[in-house]
Amino acid sequence: MTRAASLYRTMRLVRRFEERAIDLVTAGEIVGGIHPYIGQEAVAAGVCAALRRTDVITSTHRGHGHVLAKGADPGRMMAELAGRTTGLNRGRGGSMHAADLSLGILGANGIVGAGGAIAVGAAWAARRSGSDRVAVSFFGDGALNQGVLLEAFNLARLWSLPVVFVCENNGYATTLPVDASTAGAVLGRAAGFALPAVRVDGMDAEAVLDAAADAVRRARSGGGPAFLECVTYRFRGHHTNEAGKAATYRTEEEIAGWRARDPLLVQGARLPADVRAGLDAEVEEAVAAAVAYALAGPVPLAADALDHLYADGLVPRGKVVA
Amino acid sequence: MAGVALSYLRALNRALGDEMDRDPAVCLFGEDVGLGVSGLTGGLQRRFGADRVVDMPLSEQAFTSMATGAALCGQRPVVEFQIPSLLFLTLEQIANQAHKFSLMTGGQCSVPVTYVVPGSGSRAGWAGQHSDHPYGMFAHLGIKTVVPSSAVDAYGLLVSAIRDPDPVVVFAPAGVMATRDVQTAPLRPVPLGVGRVRREGTDVTVVAIGHLVPAALEVAGRLAAEASIEVFDPRTLHPFDWAGLRASLERTGRLVVVDDSNRSCGIGAEVLATVAEEMTLRAPPKRVTRPDGAVLPYAAVLDRAVQPDADDLEAAVRAVLK
Ligand SMILES: Cc1ncc(C[n+]2csc(CCOP(=O)(O)OP(=O)(O)O)c2C)c(N)n1
Ligand SMILES: [Mg+2]
Repeated sequence: MTRAASLYRTMRLVRRFEERAIDLVTAGEIVGGIHPYIGQEAVAAGVCAALRRTDVITSTHRGHGHVLAKGADPGRMMAELAGRTTGLNRGRGGSMHAADLSLGILGANGIVGAGGAIAVGAAWAARRSGSDRVAVSFFGDGALNQGVLLEAFNLARLWSLPVVFVCENNGYATTLPVDASTAGAVLGRAAGFALPAVRVDGMDAEAVLDAAADAVRRARSGGGPAFLECVTYRFRGHHTNEAGKAATYRTEEEIAGWRARDPLLVQGARLPADVRAGLDAEVEEAVAAAVAYALAGPVPLAADALDHLYADGLVPRGKVVA
Repeated sequence: MAGVALSYLRALNRALGDEMDRDPAVCLFGEDVGLGVSGLTGGLQRRFGADRVVDMPLSEQAFTSMATGAALCGQRPVVEFQIPSLLFLTLEQIANQAHKFSLMTGGQCSVPVTYVVPGSGSRAGWAGQHSDHPYGMFAHLGIKTVVPSSAVDAYGLLVSAIRDPDPVVVFAPAGVMATRDVQTAPLRPVPLGVGRVRREGTDVTVVAIGHLVPAALEVAGRLAAEASIEVFDPRTLHPFDWAGLRASLERTGRLVVVDDSNRSCGIGAEVLATVAEEMTLRAPPKRVTRPDGAVLPYAAVLDRAVQPDADDLEAAVRAVLK
């Protein structure tokens, strides 16, 4: 598959996965809802296309795109959202903790800004063990105000670790516009720690991939960390539970303006119509199979609720002791 | 083996050195660990190199999660905190990140990190922000929690903590750091979750934690003519050696717990609750603790006033024997 087609396919997969996941939220099959990634697909697709299977990522509360783009099986991912034992995490993590350690996916994370320092640790371990593995940490604009992430920038630069920080600036942290939360410029945060940084069009997967490939190549060859600001937008609410609420923090015009630059349209326009149609059909099938796989999976047994709490099999005392 | 004096701090230092010798994945993160300012890590950087015994910037949150990331990628970090209250600063990174990875990923990974606080509890004259003893909080959270009371146990428990596949917090109470043991046998790992009867008795069991074990032994000596006191040192607070405690109470039927943490929701409360539910006593038990919600005041007399001591314990033992 060409690079252009492959980027399109990944984005299409993420888009259709998310749309079907939202259906399953509405249908009550996914409890707790999700943070849809729709609109931001070019970031995950572009960055992960620059990575190898052995590279690692840390993701966020809005993590489905990263996890799928890094190669997680869509069926096992959907099963995880549906809380089935066939899920990536055996139904123990759900949307905000989906992980596949065998693919270097150290997990989505429910705490904003938490992944940066974990990625630094992974990069440090790679260096120590003589591996040329690279770590990527995804985070939103909101995370730029988390102290631990800024600490992580410092450690990464201080020791020139092979880590790439990817800021998905979608303009808002929940309802708070980035201008109302962030003193100075986003890139200024990187400059403060002497991190080489670039701002890229986060609606254009090719542009993201070019920038990510540069950063990853440099990190892999010992050139140290980098920072990408990917300017993007989420088309849906912050979370599926926003749907019923009167959310007035964004105007219809603003949303429409960004939708006109839908990353799937941008990338789709680069492909012959028949190629695009073929990929669409393929993705449709894959996502339908993922949903079927997910819903066919068994729910866990209540008696197993604290399985895996301890790696050594320690069994904690229960709710009531006879 | 002829008796050799072994200091508590030296025992911890030896455990670190021996484990680093044995397992190349063991590495050490902390502030001023190169020079070994706290005494814990002295000589280790010279022996193992600065890229394995890493002097950290004052970014506790980042280096705590860095340890998590490194652990997820095959390393086995030990993290030193200079002050017990740094555990409050890093509670998110320990309790909400490291501790939860095993369950939330459905057992895909574990996080073998050991956190060591050399000098927990009152250090006499260090006042409110340096004198907490939050072991009960970690036991409550389900994080493996160890409080060695003697040099030989300090060695053996730290070794086991490092080898354990899960996060373990090791509290080395300031009140015993300067003590010495007479070592009569080769040092060995001490399994987590196994208590130790430090003095046998038939009238009352005193459960003592950390530096209060020597205090309990002192009281047992003082009262030897009047009562036969058994001193039970749980050594690990989570998992707790309930079977060991039960066996002791079957001999004595009476219980006093001496616990240098705040009264409400302290580990002493848990011991009393469990015994009330599951075991049989001949007399109502007692706890000797810090007061509810205590903040340690500075002046020496005030500092001592809020800590449980041998006199408080003696009074409680007498009350239980009445
Ligand atoms: C440390 C922390 N604070 C608050 C929250 C609640 N919360 C979840 S997502 C979010 C907004 C995050 O914004 P951003 O980082 O820009 O990511 P985006 O949602 O835009 O993808 C907030 C406040 C959290 N999960 N973690
Ligand atoms: Mg945002």
